[in-house]
Amino acid sequence: MSLLEARRNIGDMLGAAGTGNALELRGVTRMFGALAALTDVTLSVKSGERRAVLGSNGAGKTTLFNCVTGDFLPTSGTIRLFGEDVTKFPPYERIRRGLRRTYQISLLFNGLSVLDNVYLACRGVSRGRYSLIRPRRNDALMQSAFELIEAVHLGEVAETKVAELSYGQQRQLEIALALAGAPRFILFDEPAAGLSPTERSELVQILTSLPRHIGYIIIEHDMDVALRVADSVSMMHNGRIFKEGLPSEIENDPEVQQLYLGGGHG
Amino acid sequence: MAGKARPASDVPAWLVGMPLSYWVVGIVLLFMPVLANDFVLFQILGWSFILGMIALSLMFLGGYGGMVSLAQMSIAALAGYMVAILGTSGVQAISLHWPWWLYVPVAIIVAAIFATMIGALAVRTEGIYTIMITLAIAAAFFYFTRQNYTIFNGYSGFANVVPPELFGINWRRPIPFYYLALFCAAISYLVVVYVSRSPFGLALQGVRDNPRRMAALGFNVVMHRVVAYTFASVIAAVAGILLVWQNAQISPGTAGLPAVIDILVIAIVGGLARPIGPFIGALIYVLLRTFSPDVLLTLGLPGDRFKLMIGLGFLAVVYWSPDGVLGLWDRWRTHRRKAADPLTGQGGAP
Ligand SMILES: Nc1ncnc2c1ncn2[C@@H]1O[C@H](COP(=O)(O)OP(=O)(O)O)[C@@H](O)[C@H]1O
Ligand SMILES: [Mg+2]
Repeated sequence: MSLLEARRNIGDMLGAAGTGNALELRGVTRMFGALAALTDVTLSVKSGERRAVLGSNGAGKTTLFNCVTGDFLPTSGTIRLFGEDVTKFPPYERIRRGLRRTYQISLLFNGLSVLDNVYLACRGVSRGRYSLIRPRRNDALMQSAFELIEAVHLGEVAETKVAELSYGQQRQLEIALALAGAPRFILFDEPAAGLSPTERSELVQILTSLPRHIGYIIIEHDMDVALRVADSVSMMHNGRIFKEGLPSEIENDPEVQQLYLGGGHG
Repeated sequence: MAGKARPASDVPAWLVGMPLSYWVVGIVLLFMPVLANDFVLFQILGWSFILGMIALSLMFLGGYGGMVSLAQMSIAALAGYMVAILGTSGVQAISLHWPWWLYVPVAIIVAAIFATMIGALAVRTEGIYTIMITLAIAAAFFYFTRQNYTIFNGYSGFANVVPPELFGINWRRPIPFYYLALFCAAISYLVVVYVSRSPFGLALQGVRDNPRRMAALGFNVVMHRVVAYTFASVIAAVAGILLVWQNAQISPGTAGLPAVIDILVIAIVGGLARPIGPFIGALIYVLLRTFSPDVLLTLGLPGDRFKLMIGLGFLAVVYWSPDGVLGLWDRWRTHRRKAADPLTGQGGAP
């Protein structure tokens, strides 16, 4: 892990110049009419860092993701990705720079097969998006699609239509789509929600075996999962980040315990 | 056919796997000149192929892209006008007498540029607004061609526009024209089938079903839609060139609002789900349009009411089968298959 630490130190050094962070939000606010879904959120995640975001329903976690990917533009504030100001960039420009995301409610192509879904994801971050030539089975991109499908344990259903998959399989496909190409930073929006215990441990295994240079933010209600896959934790409430720290610090924080034990999340 | 099945290894897999119905339709179409008279070849089938191609360009946008464009007839007509203007016509003052190998590609390119501009305007709208904006463009094109005399020769348009005598063949004779139109229609059909499974085609269907996810996968959704307009316009443009050759003339009425609406009717009656739909729709339209005056007259009704027949037919199809004749066909097949074998209850078409 010394290499990792070396990288982190370099990251810290470069951080001063504003280029060492994978993601950097400054004063991001997002209004929906009169409702402030995000209020003055400032957040930085270093390259390769893995962050869990916890918070009750409606805290603004998904809105945070939507602002980072460009699904919604922030009302004010700036977003830097790998040191570059992407606040006004369309989503596809951010994705092509190595950002990826999964959706809390699966957004898949239900009429297409698993293979077609993953193939589209691989094609989206490579050249030839407008190619009129049908891909062959031994195409490089087709091969990486197959590998991804194997990696998320969907090999058996590669040719099956997405609409016919089980809920757990759809969640796995959702993850496969986010791993296509060469991801550098991934946003996972409640990937474990609704999964069985077995599927959860498969998910934890997929996340922990990602190459170390890939950083991510994971939104997760399940403390067990979140604390096993994250280096650091941010707590959100009412559109604000009110606490950041190591998993152990957060776990024992009285304020957090009160929020979590006092109900208010579902 | 069945006898050809997999003897030699040099037969490509797609040829071996082709369904019997393709072989039957292909052979019937190929030998049609033996069976049918000139009128059927030129007026019924030739015209069906042309209208089918224009409707196919709409099917590509509507079926795969979820964008219903009413401007496809105008795009076809622009290509037709280009042939008259750049090539040879009865209007000596305007036509430039270019050779065919120059004016045909230029006509297609001009139509493609026009379509790309239409696409750039239309793709930011959705559903009914796409229909409205493309309808407005089609109307503007009609009035422009009618009022502009320097380029489009206004109300009278261009007459005596004939195909080149390539290989010493008069391509306006029924049999050569039938094969020319059949060739273009078959190629367009096969290209659309092929492209529907290419990265571009797959992504277009992804954009139709889930534009937000497509953007989150790295696709430029707006650009993808615009390129779809460009692609579809090539098919419409080729059809427009065939149309001006078939009629030997082109005038504003070629892309008047009735003609524009007819293309929509053809595509919907046939079905937008698969590329064969528009050709089925076109054949039905041409048959109704050709023979319903006679039928009406025998019934003692005025023959010029054929529009009413087409309208009623459209109403019936949309009422009973919103996905057109193709949808009826699919349901009938599913039904029959289920009835025949309750154990393998497979639905839908291959
Ligand atoms: N597209 C939207 N339009 C209007 N309000 C929204 C929209 N998305 C989220 N909100 C509101 O913003 C707040 C935060 O939502 P969200 O980010 O989804 O919370 P979380 O993911 O933490 O549960 C909620 O009050 C929600 O109702
Ligand atoms: Mg959420």
